[in-house]
Amino acid sequence: MTIAGRGAWRIAWPCLALALLLIALPRMGPVFHAWMPELRAPVYTRTSFVALTAAHIGLVGMATLIAVVLGLGIGILATRPATRSLLPTVRAVAVIGQTFPPVAVLAIAVPLLGFGAAPTLLALCLYGVLPVLGQTVAGIENVSRPALDAADGMGYGRWRKLWEVELPLAAGPIMAGVRLSAIVSVGTATIGSAVGASTLGAPIIEGLVSNNTAYVVQGALLVAALAMSIDAVLAWIERYVRRGLV
Amino acid sequence: MSTRTDLPLALLSAVGLLAATTGTFLEVAPNRLLSGSALALWHVPPAMGGWVVLALWCWGLACSLLATKRGLSIACALLVGLPLLAGAGAHRLLADAAVHTTRIQLGAGFWIMWLAAALLLLDRLRGARRVVQLAIWTGVVVAFVVAGWSGAFADLALVREYAAQRDVFATALRIHLLLTLGTLGLALAIGLPLGWIAWRRRRAGNGILGVLSLVQTVPSIALFALLIGPLAWLAQHMPSLQALGFGGTGAAPAVIALCLYALLPVVRYTLAGLDGVPRDAVEAARGMGMTRWQVLARVQWPLAWPVLLAGLRIVSVQAIGMVAVAALIGAGGLGRFVFLGVGQGAIDMVLLGTLAIIALALLADLVFQAALMLTERRG
Repeated sequence: MTIAGRGAWRIAWPCLALALLLIALPRMGPVFHAWMPELRAPVYTRTSFVALTAAHIGLVGMATLIAVVLGLGIGILATRPATRSLLPTVRAVAVIGQTFPPVAVLAIAVPLLGFGAAPTLLALCLYGVLPVLGQTVAGIENVSRPALDAADGMGYGRWRKLWEVELPLAAGPIMAGVRLSAIVSVGTATIGSAVGASTLGAPIIEGLVSNNTAYVVQGALLVAALAMSIDAVLAWIERYVRRGLV
Repeated sequence: MSTRTDLPLALLSAVGLLAATTGTFLEVAPNRLLSGSALALWHVPPAMGGWVVLALWCWGLACSLLATKRGLSIACALLVGLPLLAGAGAHRLLADAAVHTTRIQLGAGFWIMWLAAALLLLDRLRGARRVVQLAIWTGVVVAFVVAGWSGAFADLALVREYAAQRDVFATALRIHLLLTLGTLGLALAIGLPLGWIAWRRRRAGNGILGVLSLVQTVPSIALFALLIGPLAWLAQHMPSLQALGFGGTGAAPAVIALCLYALLPVVRYTLAGLDGVPRDAVEAARGMGMTRWQVLARVQWPLAWPVLLAGLRIVSVQAIGMVAVAALIGAGGLGRFVFLGVGQGAIDMVLLGTLAIIALALLADLVFQAALMLTERRG
């Protein structure tokens, strides 16, 4: 009970904070007015916070899904015996690519796709693939030799070995990569508002441009709560995966 | 496909060939704000050049079927030759252009081919002796510097943008470096003692790491933004701080936020470094009559230092990327080029800022890798 209880609380509190903010912020006009009386519009109303949060989650969810499919696919391919000679190149791409700042990837996507959600999604996918790919390769590479030998000895075929030995043993690191990918995506999607994506970054960017600190604070609080919620949920899944299958 | 096939060469050559035949090599734009019309590789003036590039990729594809490992010369030729070809093409196109504001931009096809060539060189040099690797990379860099010095790239839009904004760029670069170094310094000043405390007292350490990893999940722009309110309030009530340039926006919230991010790796790696010091070494030093501080300075620190260096590598690369975001709260730096360029629709400006940030991040990574290699050799 204690461990499960504490685990549940760890996911619950950021999510509760997010829900509370979503309900309370639109009604907190008087509070923000009292804090910053010089502002004419103390609460961001152009788009509802709920809609922005949903759009943010949608963008990050889609990008993470694509990143997982691509990262897992390439990672598995590069660790098969027939295509193993590609592994150093794949690893170099993953390592060098991660030194590229997310903002740079976002900025490069704009000339290719114009403004809006499209360049943000492309940047999120491109950048999100790298941690998943890196961790998939690392996870599969670290599967112990005896486990593989045992599978060979039991007459497992190539695919069965991948499915029943390698992937389950690598599931923990892979899940850590997915979590990292999603968290970086939440941050990059926020900056995506600067190139016209409709996310929780919109109040922040608009507030910064028009010197409206109230908007900035509202957006920042929501983004922070959202990031912590997503991280908590994925951390819980990661722990479950590590415990359940190792 | 036989198992003898040289897969990296085959894959990268195929990518290069695809980019050469279907991608845009150069774009001709009437001015720096309008988007350009695409030019394929063989429409770029020295027509011979385009065919040579095509032939080189085809040759790479053919060589991948041979048993011996080929492709080193192809990679070198393309890595240096592609930008030269683009520069020469831009020069001819500009000479023919009717409008003097015409801009020649590098297209996606160029970038993909160039990346493929760089990856190919990286792959071919793997396993080579370090002296050979160093010599070849130095040769490539020297070739670029000499070509750039003699004006081979001067007609490309990117270089013209830089020439037009040289002073602004230099200032932005300096601010970017200062913010990064300031972050590293502050993070070390706070992180090292925190790491030592975390090592001495495990319970406190878990608490510290927990809080810091919670901070890590908050997106950088949100953390910058959350600090604006409190700092503006502080500046209002403490004029002495304001006199120091301490305001709601600007460098102060940027460095504080960046430092908060940098603390987790610094503390974690300090802890790991101290953990890695053998107990016997510490006890032997104590037995020789060293005080606790002497042990820390003469035994633990020198042994823990390489681990911390690995952490600093992560921190500096991460900080260089995040300083770019700090431009949004008025801290300046190379990110200003990116966001101003995005706002104005000036692609060259975006690319100038972006490429500089990427180059800086890669450079920092290389410097720390070299430092790590040196300490390992001495150890």
